[in-house]
Amino acid sequence: MAEHIVSSYDIELQNLRKSISEMGGKAEQMLDFATLALINADTILANKVIAMDKQLDLLQKDIDEQAIVMIARRQPIAVDLRTAISAIRISNDIERIGDLAKNIAKRSIVIAGQFEEKTIVSGIEHMSNLAQHQLKTVLDAYGQLDARAASEVWLKDDEVDALHNSIFRELLTYMMEDPRNISFCAHLLFCAKNIERIGDHCTNIAETIYYLVTSETMPTERPKSETVNL
Amino acid sequence: MMLSTAVNTSSVHFSMNANSYAASAEQMAPEVRISVTDLNFYYGDFHSLKNVSIDFHDRQVTALIGPSGCGKSTLLRTFNRIYSLYPEQRAEGLIMMDGQNILDRSVDVNELRSRIGMVFQKPTPFPMSIYDNIAFGIRLTEKPPRSELDGRVEEALKKAALWNEVKDKLKQSGTSLSGGQQQRLCIARTIAQRPDVILLDEPTSALDPISTGRIEELIDQLRADFTIVIVTHNMQQAARISQYTAFMYLGELVEFNPTDKIFMNPAKKQTQDYITGRFG
Repeated sequence: MAEHIVSSYDIELQNLRKSISEMGGKAEQMLDFATLALINADTILANKVIAMDKQLDLLQKDIDEQAIVMIARRQPIAVDLRTAISAIRISNDIERIGDLAKNIAKRSIVIAGQFEEKTIVSGIEHMSNLAQHQLKTVLDAYGQLDARAASEVWLKDDEVDALHNSIFRELLTYMMEDPRNISFCAHLLFCAKNIERIGDHCTNIAETIYYLVTSETMPTERPKSETVNL
Repeated sequence: MMLSTAVNTSSVHFSMNANSYAASAEQMAPEVRISVTDLNFYYGDFHSLKNVSIDFHDRQVTALIGPSGCGKSTLLRTFNRIYSLYPEQRAEGLIMMDGQNILDRSVDVNELRSRIGMVFQKPTPFPMSIYDNIAFGIRLTEKPPRSELDGRVEEALKKAALWNEVKDKLKQSGTSLSGGQQQRLCIARTIAQRPDVILLDEPTSALDPISTGRIEELIDQLRADFTIVIVTHNMQQAARISQYTAFMYLGELVEFNPTDKIFMNPAKKQTQDYITGRFG
């Protein structure tokens, strides 16, 4: 895209986009660390994730302020206005992703040492890898302003949902086998649910990118697997 | 208890170019008041407007935007043939209004200008009383009795949202008013002739923000009775007060669309570059 006549406007827009990338990278790392903390019962790593969430919150505040000041100062229109609004929306989604990763980290501390067999969490590990891939792809789509890549992330979320359903079933069987499993399995259920929600936030981000690039909202309903019927 | 349904993702289609604006604009487009076809304008040898074709809708505000020298004021000036004061300037093409080509020599210029009023960038009150500023325009084409004239002056000043400020000093000179009031006086003078179309050439560029706000409010109200064409360099003003926007560049009409479309998702890259301040 051509540069603005006022170069400081371009710098502000670049900074906004840079901040989103930074925030996204941090959220990716938090989800990765939280999952490792859960699998390896690593409470030190879990505490690190909890601390990182504070930085993420600060980043979000900063992005909000940058966008609001830009709106007040520049009265952006067309693609520039969509960039400012998208930054507010996307940083909000990333902040929620951070909260969910923090919650997984907290639960990993509570259930550390309560189960020996690592296969119990292999489903969650797989699901988390998929969600991390979604998150990475959608953040790349933001960096490249690639509406098509964003739509693919949006469509792929049903895979995360499907995995969530199978993990739910699996954990249910563990709980039925032995009531002593119920406590940590309940925590693991929440962890799986958190990852499923992270997937949803990735689709939100994808929708925002689509709007940012095309100025249209995504035209169709997202295909959804039947959710857990409770 | 649980269900997992296979989803066929390939059945979901995206339309990357869905153009909902254009469709809705077509359904809602009000009738055309002035229709311009293949308009060319020359200042001597200089070709200032190049094959401009555009429709102005009845009782809507159309904003003309574009960098200096793009031809937007020239286009405005063809509608009431102000250019014909200068022999080296000429217009070719069709500007149809009420089944007549405005550019036709048979069209009486005085009659035309009473139907198409114009307000300029700098307020141009006549050096006479506020009352006479308004009455002057009416007397050009009509000879109403005094009582009716009083009524017409009051009506025009009220429509221009100036009545309350000047009703006790109608005999004072028009030039004694503030800049914003003078501009509203000029709008009142135009309205008093009961035109069909009002042309505004940067009417607020010499005014402070409060006067600008008053004029913008006024334009929005006048839309109920008049077709309005406004030239403005203030992008936000065009976005605020117009229903349609035309972007012109180097004498050509680049894009004409509903204002919401132009300012949220312009069809042409040139338009986007201009309105977002990226013009190189």
